Amino acid sequence: MIARDPTIDPRFILPFETAAEADHPRMGGKCASLARMIALGVPVPRGFAVATDAYAAHLAANGLDAAIRAELAHLDTHNATDEEARSQAIRRLVTERAMPAEVEAAIRAAYAGMSPAGDLPVAVRSSATAEDMPDASFAGQQDTYLWVVGADEVVDRVRACWASLFTARAMSYRADHHLGQIEVLMAVAVQEMVDARSAGVAMTLDPINGDRTKIVIDASWGLGESVVSGEITPDNFVVEKVLMQIQKRRIAEKTHEVVADPAARRTVDRVIEAERRTQPCLSDDEVIAVAQLARRLEKAIGGPQDIEWAIDRSGRLVALQCRPETVWSQRKAAPQSFALGIEGVLGTLMAPVRDRT
Amino acid sequence: MTARTSFPSAYDLPAPKGAEAWRDLYPYYLLFAENRRGEEDGKFWFCDSQHWPNPFKPFDAVTVEFAVKCLGQYNTRHYLVPPANGVDFRIHNGYVYMSPVAVAPDDIGPRVPQFLDRAGHYFANWDRLLENWLVKVKANIAEMEALRFDDLPEVVPVDWVKEGVGLDSTVPLAEAYDRAIQLLYRTWNYHFEFLNLGYAAYLDFFGFMKSQFPTISDQSIAKMVQGVDSDLFRPDDELKKLAKLAVSSGVAGNLSAGSVEEVLAAMQGSDAGRAWVAAWEAAKDPWFNFTSGNGFYSDDKYWIEHPDIPMGYIRDYAARVARGEEIDRPTAEIAAERDRITAEYRDLLDPEAQAAFDAKLGLARTVFPYVENHNFYIEHWSMSVFWRKMRELSAVFHRAGFWENPDDMFYLDRNEVRDAIFDLGMGWGVGAPASGPSYWPAEIARRKAILAALQSAPPQPALNTPPEVITEPFTIMLWGITTDAVKKWLSGAGDATRLEGMAASPGVVEGRARVIRSASDLGLIEEGEILVTPVTAPSWAPVFGKIKATVTDIGGMMSHAAIVCREYGLPAVTGTGSASSTIRTGQMLRVDGTTGEVTILSAA
Repeated sequence: MIARDPTIDPRFILPFETAAEADHPRMGGKCASLARMIALGVPVPRGFAVATDAYAAHLAANGLDAAIRAELAHLDTHNATDEEARSQAIRRLVTERAMPAEVEAAIRAAYAGMSPAGDLPVAVRSSATAEDMPDASFAGQQDTYLWVVGADEVVDRVRACWASLFTARAMSYRADHHLGQIEVLMAVAVQEMVDARSAGVAMTLDPINGDRTKIVIDASWGLGESVVSGEITPDNFVVEKVLMQIQKRRIAEKTHEVVADPAARRTVDRVIEAERRTQPCLSDDEVIAVAQLARRLEKAIGGPQDIEWAIDRSGRLVALQCRPETVWSQRKAAPQSFALGIEGVLGTLMAPVRDRT
Repeated sequence: MTARTSFPSAYDLPAPKGAEAWRDLYPYYLLFAENRRGEEDGKFWFCDSQHWPNPFKPFDAVTVEFAVKCLGQYNTRHYLVPPANGVDFRIHNGYVYMSPVAVAPDDIGPRVPQFLDRAGHYFANWDRLLENWLVKVKANIAEMEALRFDDLPEVVPVDWVKEGVGLDSTVPLAEAYDRAIQLLYRTWNYHFEFLNLGYAAYLDFFGFMKSQFPTISDQSIAKMVQGVDSDLFRPDDELKKLAKLAVSSGVAGNLSAGSVEEVLAAMQGSDAGRAWVAAWEAAKDPWFNFTSGNGFYSDDKYWIEHPDIPMGYIRDYAARVARGEEIDRPTAEIAAERDRITAEYRDLLDPEAQAAFDAKLGLARTVFPYVENHNFYIEHWSMSVFWRKMRELSAVFHRAGFWENPDDMFYLDRNEVRDAIFDLGMGWGVGAPASGPSYWPAEIARRKAILAALQSAPPQPALNTPPEVITEPFTIMLWGITTDAVKKWLSGAGDATRLEGMAASPGVVEGRARVIRSASDLGLIEEGEILVTPVTAPSWAPVFGKIKATVTDIGGMMSHAAIVCREYGLPAVTGTGSASSTIRTGQMLRVDGTTGEVTILSAA
């Protein structure tokens, strides 16, 4: 629980646990999804959103807005060299200008609320407002910082997330999708770090054929980053979602894992020792627990979902992200008509004949 | 190992040693005839060892003749199923091989309106017609039950003479036999009156679900359709009731009194015991007309004639009740689970597909009780009475010196029995010895030797070149013959420690294998073993309380083993092709009824 510290300014800080539906637009897609999951009773690591208003306040202070606009006015996204130069200039502007004092105070107070000792490792992730729109797979365009410790570092990383809105890649993407450059607002998630033993993703349909009776889970050792980035071949499980039965297990050789290095206050990508590489990273019970979590989210939210999850070293399963599945869900289904009764039976008996010709 | 692309031709399959004369046992029209080789080798035949796992005694071939002929006529002549006629069949080396007959492409269209009219009438009036079916079948059974096969008297009864009947005692004997065969023929006509349509409607729902969810498991679809209460489970339920009654009324101790007669005698010692005997007698008719076989063999044992079988099960059940175990099938849970999964799959569909789901599931559920229930009325009850009557007739011959053992008549085919009746009657009428006693014992001995030799060689899974893709819906549903299954047969065993089959009933267990080749070995099964067998019959139900899982060689999703295992919540893998010959009793197995895999974990 985050202490209700009066210095936590609700204009800038929205704790996941207390955010109302009306606050969601100010939290960005990722934070809104976390808040929604908490409201549904799904276990999610505690944390808060640095609201879009905090970013807006940062832009408005110190003439930053005008300085960025000046760079953008001459932006040529078809000229890679120019784009990269302007990207760096804008990001320098965003990270080097001091944060408005009231924003910074709010972030520090919120972090202190989670960690009175000021030493809780957190993840700082961008949560852009356009990011999780079903028709713009904007995921992964902004930065994520893991194992961030201490209020100073949190404040720095929040600014770094804001700046990541202006990577060359993000600017090109917005240009290609006819999205405004400076109009896109960003919130930032600050969330207790999960010391993951195993983590991965779960999709509530089979991505190969769109079959909605399946939940497909990719999982590997350590934090989910290695699975999401595709750097390793994860274990793959297919679960029948209505019967809640594991129908396929493909155990991969998992070479690397991303894990915490608490002494160095960071995560490290390390080689997995030989005997653990080919072991399943989830027990059957854990596979079912992940599938049940995914099914519960799918039912509550409605429609196929794409979920990131982790299991910490004490065996606790948490959800880290939940967004609508975009590929199959948007495929325009051909209008279906069905023959019923005797006509249906006739069609079924005739089908093999039609298939042969 | 290079995979074959064809199975052998029947014409190249020699008889097992000692069985060279096997063709003498069966009628000419059931054999692959040398002068039709070109035509017969052009067709693909699969062995139906699901229904007929053992070589036929000559008389027993009547079951395959009547059953498969009647199956065909409903497609071909009653409902005019547009693309499918019947299933052609031949006996070779004692086993039956089937080949579905397609309709010529040009003839398919013209059959459509007829099919819609005829089959449509059945679907539209299903419940009313089915009610009438039950009346017909029960009347048929009653008529069969009333047939009498008595020894010929020394002389024609005097009152027949004085009443001027003008017939002798061989007339009712011959007529009763002819009538028994006619009634059997009617039985098998009735059997298929609803079955093909029932499967077709089930397939329509099945295909619809596969179109919406390409990888939905067959068992999920089956679970939505399958009933909770089927007459097929009633005999077993009766035994459970009797076991509970024995325990609750304090007479269970008498169950250990020895033979059935001794148990019943011991029960007579108290009011509670007499009440139990009354309940036992009441349960017998009709529910003990139940076989531990499948109804297709003259040596199938029916409870009503072998009350030691149900009594043994009652004793086991009573012991479990006394230990405080729950022996009833969890019907409420099964029903709740069926409702839950139905609602969940429906919820995953688009709204317009939900309407089709409701309609198609509704039809499938209307027809499905027949698919389950008919088995009791035909294979169990009707066939119980038929075989019992035929044994009565065989005993008449036996007493007349025609053969050595009371049941030897089944080594004659059904037309030879007619001849033998005339032979018996001729000797009786003429007053000279009949020929049978000097002819049949040697002939029967010869036939027994042939059958023993046939028994020693397993059948081929199929004959000739399979089609590239198997699409015939009845072949897939009833026999589990799929393109993949045929490919597996062709490629041989492969990894000897792993078998694949149909994922027929979910769950994973490990345990000791018990290989059972015939119903008479069922008593060998011990608590907690995994049953491995060529094929199960639903009447093996009482052993399902003891075992952990079932693995069969033959059978699809709707095979009896699959249905019973789903009812009992046991994992099952069906249609492995070779489990009963690959696995040995005592080996440790892992059975995954969810994926259809069987792994041999250790040697016996």
